[in-house]
Amino acid sequence: MSVLELLKVGKSYGEGASEVHALSDVDLSVDRGALVAVMGPSGSGKSTLLTIAGSLEEPTSGDVVVGGNSLLTMSRDDRARLRRRSIGYVFQDFNLLAGLTAVENVSLPLELDGISQKAAHGAGMTALEELGLLDRANRYPDELSGGERQRVAIARAVVGEHQLLLADEPSGALDSVNGEGVMRMILAACHRGVAAVVVTHDAQLASWADRVVFLRDGRVADQTMAPPSPESLLDPAAPTDLEH
Amino acid sequence: MTICESLYTQYDTRYVIDERTIMSVRHALLALLDEGPKYGLQLREEFESSTGEVWPLNVGQVYTTLSRLERDGLVECENAVDDDRQRDYRITDQGRIELSDWLRTPPDFSLPPRDELVIKVLVATRMSGVNVHEIIQVHRRAMVELMQQWTRLKEDESELDLGFALAVDAELFRLDSVVRWLDVADGRLKRASLESKDKSIPTMPKYRRRVGL
Repeated sequence: MSVLELLKVGKSYGEGASEVHALSDVDLSVDRGALVAVMGPSGSGKSTLLTIAGSLEEPTSGDVVVGGNSLLTMSRDDRARLRRRSIGYVFQDFNLLAGLTAVENVSLPLELDGISQKAAHGAGMTALEELGLLDRANRYPDELSGGERQRVAIARAVVGEHQLLLADEPSGALDSVNGEGVMRMILAACHRGVAAVVVTHDAQLASWADRVVFLRDGRVADQTMAPPSPESLLDPAAPTDLEH
Repeated sequence: MTICESLYTQYDTRYVIDERTIMSVRHALLALLDEGPKYGLQLREEFESSTGEVWPLNVGQVYTTLSRLERDGLVECENAVDDDRQRDYRITDQGRIELSDWLRTPPDFSLPPRDELVIKVLVATRMSGVNVHEIIQVHRRAMVELMQQWTRLKEDESELDLGFALAVDAELFRLDSVVRWLDVADGRLKRASLESKDKSIPTMPKYRRRVGL
């Protein structure tokens, strides 16, 4: 079942001669538990695709369907509720609130959605525990390392009943080891049933995805096929011809 | 013969030679014997295990290499019997010196390899009626699909052997560097096309000589 569907989505900025088409006729479907990566050069429309998928921005044409609900026909308030309840975001620069502790940052979206402070706190602690951050729950963002801050951001994105995780360059400026850790956490969320879309220019991060979609000039130019079993890379029937 | 066929043949010959120098079974076996005397079959098992089974090796290769090492005085046989499987090998002092020197000798990366993909893209830029961006995307997708396969191999951290993880990382970084080059080539060709549709691609005579084009 598709958690996210983009149907012929287009997005233009400006008018007349200065009109710029950021996205044109983009179709994308992401099933429950699937991890999709979107790659493309700067200006190809990757971030626009993500903000439209997360209803932070409206498309000029086409429709976005999240959890079976069309955003096109939804009121502004309903869209805001859907964002809080169903969609989690991970940004390159973490976007944690400096005045709140790690657990307060994670539980804030739940409290905003009307869940009691106690229940929200409990859900926040559970999300942090799953990411190995229980002992950091009461630390403020400036007391955490870059990798820990990003883990808090992921905990905030998957807390509660979020069914869709949208991540824009989620490894940010993290080194390769921490970048891999971020993708492992997103993959773990997918194994629990979350659908995820990760926008990245980094092929190593994208290679964690089930499917990689390539954007070019605002259009889906290509996508990967389901790869054969990785065991084919280790075929013992074909010994390497090496120097003796 | 077309220009493509000619370049491919040159590339293919050179590439196979380069590949053989990348991984030295000879020194890997010396390293295993440095731990203590071993039989040929044991060496094969430990070689495959130490390379995370990324480089399978047939037992014939092991015995051929061992006989050459013995000929060169780098290993010696403890029990000179006819059956290869019964022979117990140990490293000599000369073998230890050879191993130590090899570990500290950087591989020769001074000359760029004759890279098939680079040649394909360079050829595509010169052919009329060929969309080089489409060619680049074909290869980019293939590289990413390969990377997806390699990444799957390290997905389960609990069963990840350290040697295997290092070998998989090395392969992922190698493929990643190819994708990065394709991205840069894509952007550079797009800019060049925008700047002047009539001008031919700028050439770099020295580099062209070095890669033999």
